[in-house]
Amino acid sequence: MKKVLALGMAVVMAASLTACGGGSGDTQTTAASSETTAAAAETTAAAAETTAAAADDTTAAAAETEADAASAGGTWKLGVIGPFTGGASAYGLAVRNGAELAVKEINEAGGINGYQVELNPQDDANVEQNSVNAYNTLKDWGMQMLVGSVTTAPCIAVAEETAIDNMFQMTPSASAEECIAHDNVFRICFSDPDQGTAAAIYMGEKGLATKIGIIYDSSSEYSSGIRESFVAEAANQGLEIVAEEAFTADSATDFSVQIDKMNEAGAELVFLPFYYQEASIVLKQASDKGYAPIFFGVDGMDGILTVDNFDTSLAEDVMLLTPFATTQESSKKFTADYVAAYGEDPNQFGADAYDVVYAIKKAAETAGITPDMSISDICEAMKSAMVEISVDGLTGSNITWDASGAPTKDPIVAKIVNGVYEIQ
Amino acid sequence: MTKNKVRIQNAVTYGMVILFWVVIQVMDKTGHLTSLFKGLLVPLCMYAILAVSLNLTVGILGELSLGHAGFMCLGAFSGAFLTNCLETAVPGVGLRFFLALILGAAVAGVFGLLIGIPVLRLKGDYLAIVTLAFGEIIKNLINVLYVGRDANGFHFSMKDTTSLGLDEETGVILVKGAQGITGTPRAATFTIGILLLLLTLFIVLNLIHSRTGRAIMSIRDNRIAAESIGINITKYKLMAFSISAALAGMAGVLYAHSLSTLKASSDNFGYNKSILILVFVVLGGLGNMRGSIIAAMLLTALPELLRGLNDYRMLIYAIVLIVMTIFNSSPKAIELRSVVMSKLRGGAKKEVA
Repeated sequence: MKKVLALGMAVVMAASLTACGGGSGDTQTTAASSETTAAAAETTAAAAETTAAAADDTTAAAAETEADAASAGGTWKLGVIGPFTGGASAYGLAVRNGAELAVKEINEAGGINGYQVELNPQDDANVEQNSVNAYNTLKDWGMQMLVGSVTTAPCIAVAEETAIDNMFQMTPSASAEECIAHDNVFRICFSDPDQGTAAAIYMGEKGLATKIGIIYDSSSEYSSGIRESFVAEAANQGLEIVAEEAFTADSATDFSVQIDKMNEAGAELVFLPFYYQEASIVLKQASDKGYAPIFFGVDGMDGILTVDNFDTSLAEDVMLLTPFATTQESSKKFTADYVAAYGEDPNQFGADAYDVVYAIKKAAETAGITPDMSISDICEAMKSAMVEISVDGLTGSNITWDASGAPTKDPIVAKIVNGVYEIQ
Repeated sequence: MTKNKVRIQNAVTYGMVILFWVVIQVMDKTGHLTSLFKGLLVPLCMYAILAVSLNLTVGILGELSLGHAGFMCLGAFSGAFLTNCLETAVPGVGLRFFLALILGAAVAGVFGLLIGIPVLRLKGDYLAIVTLAFGEIIKNLINVLYVGRDANGFHFSMKDTTSLGLDEETGVILVKGAQGITGTPRAATFTIGILLLLLTLFIVLNLIHSRTGRAIMSIRDNRIAAESIGINITKYKLMAFSISAALAGMAGVLYAHSLSTLKASSDNFGYNKSILILVFVVLGGLGNMRGSIIAAMLLTALPELLRGLNDYRMLIYAIVLIVMTIFNSSPKAIELRSVVMSKLRGGAKKEVA
């Protein structure tokens, strides 16, 4: 009796599982016939080639191909992958908002090359496997170009997949070098090593301090990557690193030990290469202990003024490397639009995503591509166009790219004075 | 159960897995498979293997292990490390993957043995506590481990890559702390996953229905009685536990070769992952291997199939978990199920008559 029941359940579950697969398979087929899926676009392109090759083919076939192209080439399909849930959701949500804002503006202005843009954001919760799943979901949807992934490790995993499909990918914020190892992947943010080096050079050139203390998150590749290049460059700049203390994501709630070590070692400047939530705790605890060195952050520090229940006066005189400040003349309009749409100040992630969408627009216009082209053709055209364009964006003016996918732009150093960024 | 019945039951389990493979192959060939589902196939196999192997510890041995993700992590890192190390020595990816599978299983098995030796001698829930700590320790250790290789051999560090002191020209960083291992070839395919799942089932089912398996179950059912008839309790406990760990290590290798990046983050190998595997086992039924496979596959696929619901999908997932638990084990639900079943049977009999 029980066995029969168990067996019955097993069969039902197995059937429902395969039915689920089959079900989504069916939707793909219908989507393929009615909308612009990858498959449809590819077939159309292939069909176009055939007709071109056999020019004396029947006109009926040619007409059919044109009809296909018209129905298939309606809109651009941009995918966004990022963490909208979980611990890193602040970054993913900002990217989603920034990209949405840009797409809205572009659509109102007539789209890219005359075609409207559709955006489909998918959650990956900052987990590599989920990010690949999200990518596959977007592929089923018919995505032609990808904005993402937002965080580093998922981006590396997804880049491996896009390289196989030869899909154009541009990440707003995944900063490790490995993210853009393939030539179809571009990036708009600084790389981790760039930031560490830039911070060390700035400190050395301005003579901010000679005794440097570092607190970093050893469980984050972002933080340890910046720290590593900072330490390497600090030696060349005559900076003396007097104390180095690590913490991990699991112990990121109390920094009193690290701060005491910095104080004992007499660090005049404390370098904080990690995100603003943790930084807000460091600033609070340092002020409680009456320790007031110069605090120097990197782009993850951006957002420190928006932390809930944080006394922003503690962030006075904090210096940070940032690609974006809401007070910059160039970002006034974006900031106002963002606040109007989402009710909060934008951070650099939103700005990065906004710039990515505009960079894609510019490259697509330079390349003169249309949505009825195959994904691979779009990617090839975008790859050659990306190295030609220069973009004046929110996160830098006159940004250019080389074939490796890395941007060339200058980091800005800002100092928080009276609750606003003052560009140094 | 008679021998014949056991054979039929096992055949149904194997048959179910093979049928799943055939259905997927047919769907793939006829183009009915979405990219999302294709991407899910290897994780499905991996979680099924993990659930079956944990079921050996929890359902058959009757000990609670909360560190299964730790063994998986060990297997994943040792396997990926080997694959990347042998890149020049063994050019064939398939062979390297095979060697990695063996190494990953061996490393996880040895660690299972080492942990089991002191802990399995104890009575009560100590294994749960120790395995929980073990999983976290492994994760944190790997997060600070840096390994590089140059012409002089291997270099290890617990600090950073610069302190590895690698030769600049020939040096390659293999394990990079929190960034883990990147660039592992993606050798894991669905067919390999299914073969490994069948192998896992073969090992576990044969073990259960052997003399050893009966000894292990007798320890679960009554330790004192088992001891009184001369069963070496520690030996059988260790055996079951280390086999379970080795199989988890194998699943870890499969995981490492399905993505190009591997890092020991809490999301990948934290205790939440261990609990998730335990959820598969509990929902599938303790000691029920077939149930474990079905629960693992269903619960892995569910959040992805619910993507259309956007932000609500994890909420729905939680509700489905609760409903499944109630359906499986609430007395009222069981009563209701048997009433429905007997009615169905009664109806069927009448029709026949």
